[in-house]
Amino acid sequence: MANMQRTNVELDRLALQHSFDAKKFFIRWESLLVVILIGILVLNVVVSNGNFLGSQFFSAANGFMDKSFIVLSMAFVLITGEIDISVGSTVALSAVLMAISYNAGLPMALAIALCILVGAGCGAINGLIFVKFRELPTMIITLATMIIYRGVATIILEDRASGGFPDWFAEISWGSLGPVPYSVIVFALLATLFAVVLHKTAFGRELFAIGNNKLAAQFSRIKVNRDLFVAFLLNGLMAGVCALFLTSRMTSTRPNIADGYELEAIAIVVLAGIPTTGGKGNMTGVILAVFIIGFLRNGLGMFNVTSPVMSVIIGLLLIGTVLISNFFINKEKKL
Amino acid sequence: MAENPSTVNSILRLEHITKIFPGVKALDDVSFDLRPGEIHALMGENGAGKSTFIKVITGVHKPEGGKMFLYDEEVHFDSTRDSQQAGIACIYQHSTAYPDLTIAENIFLGHEIFDGPLKKLNWRSMHARAKELLDSLGSELDTKTTMGELSVAQQQIVEIAKALSTDAKIIIMDEPTAALTKQESEDLYRYTRRLQASGVSIIFISHRFEDMYELGDRVTVLRDAQYIGTWDVDKITNQEMILAMVGREITNLFPKREVAIGDIVLEVKNLKKTGLFRDISFHVRKGEIVSLTGLIGAGRSEVAEAIFGIAPADSGEILIDGAAVKIQNPTDAGATGIGLLPEDRQRQALILDWEISKNIGLGNLAKFKRKFFYNVSHEEEEAQTLAEKLAIKASTIFDKISSLSGGNQQKVVIAKILTTDLKLIILDEPTKGVDVGAKAAIYEIMGELSEQGYGILLISSEMPEVLGMSDRILVMKSGRVTAEFTKENATQEAILAAAILNTEIAS
Repeated sequence: MANMQRTNVELDRLALQHSFDAKKFFIRWESLLVVILIGILVLNVVVSNGNFLGSQFFSAANGFMDKSFIVLSMAFVLITGEIDISVGSTVALSAVLMAISYNAGLPMALAIALCILVGAGCGAINGLIFVKFRELPTMIITLATMIIYRGVATIILEDRASGGFPDWFAEISWGSLGPVPYSVIVFALLATLFAVVLHKTAFGRELFAIGNNKLAAQFSRIKVNRDLFVAFLLNGLMAGVCALFLTSRMTSTRPNIADGYELEAIAIVVLAGIPTTGGKGNMTGVILAVFIIGFLRNGLGMFNVTSPVMSVIIGLLLIGTVLISNFFINKEKKL
Repeated sequence: MAENPSTVNSILRLEHITKIFPGVKALDDVSFDLRPGEIHALMGENGAGKSTFIKVITGVHKPEGGKMFLYDEEVHFDSTRDSQQAGIACIYQHSTAYPDLTIAENIFLGHEIFDGPLKKLNWRSMHARAKELLDSLGSELDTKTTMGELSVAQQQIVEIAKALSTDAKIIIMDEPTAALTKQESEDLYRYTRRLQASGVSIIFISHRFEDMYELGDRVTVLRDAQYIGTWDVDKITNQEMILAMVGREITNLFPKREVAIGDIVLEVKNLKKTGLFRDISFHVRKGEIVSLTGLIGAGRSEVAEAIFGIAPADSGEILIDGAAVKIQNPTDAGATGIGLLPEDRQRQALILDWEISKNIGLGNLAKFKRKFFYNVSHEEEEAQTLAEKLAIKASTIFDKISSLSGGNQQKVVIAKILTTDLKLIILDEPTKGVDVGAKAAIYEIMGELSEQGYGILLISSEMPEVLGMSDRILVMKSGRVTAEFTKENATQEAILAAAILNTEIAS
């Protein structure tokens, strides 16, 4: 990852000027994330009496993989300096339409395709509105579509559950290759793909350029509108993939599923070191952050920590990490 | 102090100031004195240490060595608050005002006038006092206007009024004319002289020689963090001044080359965009430098942005090598061989956080793409070649743009443009905010490019540059081309007349 190496070279240069090694270590965001992840893994091992090292590792991972797909594309959106809070609703709408159409007689394979397409469609609508009305901030656009997508899902299904899928459908999320769940394999493939696109292609370079300086990107003949449209489209597409795995894991769906997924995805991306102002960050951080939050929830769950308390702890972790890193970066800047 | 009669006359005096940043001496034994009621120009290239020096005076930086005296009394400023209380105010090049607040609100921000025990804001007195201050400067701005509605020049007047509202006795103006037109600069000179007449002492920082000649009583030059000297303005020539600033003599600032001029490369016919410009027709030949000049706001940049596809024209034709082309966006422009160096390099051309090489690569991402992947080593090779060719001063091509001087940043933008195969290059104010040494280098590059057969459209407000570099000169006024000159028949007076007078006489 050329981009990442380069940033590290820069930090090395910065760090060389100082003898205290802790600084050098902590100003590298990913190092900090690795430390936190190791701590959380140890916590999991201890709390589970060692079971975590066996079967529990993958079953725990399987539990948070579905929302992790969205994190990958959300990273793209945030790198451009934009935001998308509609993905939770997109998941619900995709899942509901899949369930409804299957129960109305559509073959399951086509219903799955529909689920993904609806997700991509929702993302495309966000992107299109943004490109056509550049004066509207994406926060407002996706706030509106967040309400609309969720509303449509609720109108269609009302407050009911819909399921009754064929047995093989559950295999998508419950099946595994050896000990490794399909969801983890798909995530690994997609994460690699997103990392390569972001760090190894001109498109990735364009996303960073747009996040740093939209006007300069435009003057540099980058198709800013097209790139932003693609970022939103991908985010919707990943929400469709999430809907598929989530529904498979739950075996049925309701219009209120995936509530708050958008905020958790954004929190993970920010923890990964991508500021909401865009232009910085890398996929290694994103993947580390996915596992940090996922396993933290798992470990706390084993402590019987309730969901609201968990949210508080995750919030504190987010603030704490950002503060620690800022502390060391600012110290560097002052010198 | 009576024992030292030579310094009795100074209101502010700095002696042997040294300021060290990790690894660099930013100021090396610099001395300076400001007399009561004088306008003292502070000149020097970018990076000469002018900004650091100002920051020492205002208390932003604490010097490692040297002393500062105010009214012959030694002072130490720990913060800008200290210097403000001592009566020193600084007006920065980029207005620090709040665009949504009114003039009066901006002027009294931080030292509002209160009424009664509840400390109720007394807007009536604040507006009245603001009006007084503006009147004393000879400005008729309405104090209820919001700052955002004002031009850069008008904002500066408000900044001056703000400085006066704090009872400043010393006002530092940091490159105030950098973003102003000729006319606006002249207005500013007038306000500055009024300020001087009211007994304020002024330190005036600028790149422009006109400013110094027009306003300055004395001038102090800094170069490479060192004090070079102080002169009476009326006793120093242009050549001496350049020598002092650059450290070498620039015998020919405008190395205009004799180039064989070829076929027409760009032709525009009846370009029109409602409200911005109309009836724009001209052509540029291979190897030719054509200037588009006029006042800021005459529509020059808008014409450039239309040709480059940022904001396409409503009607009219653009021809490249005689064939009509359709340019809807910058990508189309690049494909037809048109490149643009935008007016505001930091906002429109560069990513300041990125290295030189990545910024150069940004000029043509498609070129460095090999199938699916982006080829970083190809980009770096090209960046290295261009950086050497244009003599970009940096330790490596991996230096951040933000660490470069204005002139070197501009060279990076030129390198960025040259990554693409072009026929026509539009340069929009290419020497804005760069020092005289970098200017000469940019003119040199322009000469080389024209020799290589590029057609160049130069948009510029700087008269010497227009006269020195162009083969032909087009003058715009209120969205129309009002005059055309060849280099032989162009004079400063004729160009100015076409830029300013034409319609005023008519109306």
